[in-house]
Amino acid sequence: MEEYFFLDNIATADVAIESRGDTLEELFSASATATFEVMADTREIQLEIKKVLHLENSEIDGLLFDWLAEIIYLKDSECMLFGKYVINVTKNRNYQLDAEIFGEEINQTRHDLRCDVKAITFHLFEVYKKNGKWISRFILDL
Amino acid sequence: METSMKVNKISDCLWEIPKTEKEGMLVPARIYANDTLFESMDKGVFEQITNVACLPGIQKYALCMPDGHWGYGFPIGGVAAFDTKDGIISPGGIGFDINCGMRLITTNLKAEEVKPRIRELINELFRAVPAGVGAKGTLKASVTQLKGIMERGVDWCIENGYGWPQDREKIEECGHIPGADPSKVSEKAISRGANQLGTLGSGNHYLEVQMVKIDNIFDEKTAGIFGISEKNQIVIMVHCGSRGFGHQVATDYLKVFDKAMKKYGMTVKDRELACAPFKSSEGSDYYKAMLCAANSAFANRQIITHRIRESFSKVFNTSAENLGIEIVYDVAHNIAKVEKYKIDGKEKEVLVHRKGSTRCFGPGRKELPEIYRSVGQPVIVGGSMQTGSYLLAGTEKAMQETFGSTMHGAGRTMSRHAAKKRVRGDQLLKTMAKDGIHVKTASMSGLAEEAGIAYKNISEVVETMDGLGITKKVVKLKPIGNIKG
Repeated sequence: MEEYFFLDNIATADVAIESRGDTLEELFSASATATFEVMADTREIQLEIKKVLHLENSEIDGLLFDWLAEIIYLKDSECMLFGKYVINVTKNRNYQLDAEIFGEEINQTRHDLRCDVKAITFHLFEVYKKNGKWISRFILDL
Repeated sequence: METSMKVNKISDCLWEIPKTEKEGMLVPARIYANDTLFESMDKGVFEQITNVACLPGIQKYALCMPDGHWGYGFPIGGVAAFDTKDGIISPGGIGFDINCGMRLITTNLKAEEVKPRIRELINELFRAVPAGVGAKGTLKASVTQLKGIMERGVDWCIENGYGWPQDREKIEECGHIPGADPSKVSEKAISRGANQLGTLGSGNHYLEVQMVKIDNIFDEKTAGIFGISEKNQIVIMVHCGSRGFGHQVATDYLKVFDKAMKKYGMTVKDRELACAPFKSSEGSDYYKAMLCAANSAFANRQIITHRIRESFSKVFNTSAENLGIEIVYDVAHNIAKVEKYKIDGKEKEVLVHRKGSTRCFGPGRKELPEIYRSVGQPVIVGGSMQTGSYLLAGTEKAMQETFGSTMHGAGRTMSRHAAKKRVRGDQLLKTMAKDGIHVKTASMSGLAEEAGIAYKNISEVVETMDGLGITKKVVKLKPIGNIKG
């Protein structure tokens, strides 16, 4: 099951998040949803536009970092909010992520917009598996 | 204060953590704060500033200003100077929002002329200066034009009709730091920032209309030189940075530096302090890319200034020239710059990292506009939206003690989440209206996160550095209207 929590008292000016999933796909999806929840009410995002992504990294934490950096980049370059992620993570020599992500163009009059996310950071960044669950902790620079 | 570290009180408002306190510290760490501010400093400040003190090539002290709080890598409010020959450059010591900064602009309007029209004025400014998540600027620059902006900053703006020739000299580095190289910037950074020129952003970024109360002028002569001399005079303050362009430059190079650390066999106490020798190819490339973002941030504030001039001109039905809309100064908060200081009796070239801190050069420095050279650099310190801001002047003591640096704002004490639990945006809007501050925001929850209770007492922060003689108080400014991203 995908889930995420905002961790208070870790980052004064920024936001710290713990995300979880039974699979890597769920972990990546929960992390992305949490990132966009900082910026908007993700339940209201219409799934009108599809983007296709492919990312590779030798480390699983590096792949999650790249994934979050990529969707933050797309938010500004395509001026979009995303609300649904269909993800497949495989491991050959590297970890590979193939994803279809769905969302819509930002509309300031219609969306309940919050604080912009500048970047994913390495501070306290971790990805690990515990009791069968994939868990990540990360801090977004706001 | 939550730390088990040994901290010595050097004098009123100055504390020192000796270099014996953490393995690897090359210099002591110093924190500027009065007793109250010191007690409220979070644990992260002590950990982070002592980590900074371990970085190769650091000179004299790792410094934390009185508005210091947890950042990533460096604390926000951190200052550190590294030898340009054998020292490092660290993106974590600069921040994601490269050249986030503050600009102060005068008018010859009086509060009694502006207050009756503040709603109309704020609505017009809100239309002219896009704010918040997803805001697009009206200036659509081509890639060639963007490269011109990266290389030439405010000069590009003035030549293309977005400023007056006299604007140039009243901006740190004249709004254009030489050495920027667009070939060191990724296409991603360019495409991320292409539609954001002239936009404010969100978080703690704002555009504020403020008034000068005559009893808030602490140094009449210096205030006059800075262009503030009238009772109830209206001024405008802008706080924003390089937007998505600078954020992407930082993201791109953090990954480069993560690898460079392994290449150069360097270790740091915190992965977020990733760094490389300043003279290495990675360090040099990042510096040139960082300067592209810094120049773009100067240009962003310049285009916003142009929109402010247009908006005031429209609302008051006269030219911006007639309204006396002149820049007082523009300061960078998140930047690293090559400067020279006397260290151990010898002049030395250093790379000064200022992360959430402001340059505050003292009188006589050639980098300052001639008209300000007798009184020192104007220093613009933004408070919270509710509590007002300050205009200060740099001093000679800052040149000797803090690498010409001081605080940048009030500094957060409460997380955004905690602030939202305490305050509702719509209620804060009403409270501020009762206090005579008309606010228009792109985000109600964003507004709640920026409530005054989330910040340190700005006056205590400013008094700390005034008491020590690092910066001198000139004017306190009271907000009457605010656009919040």
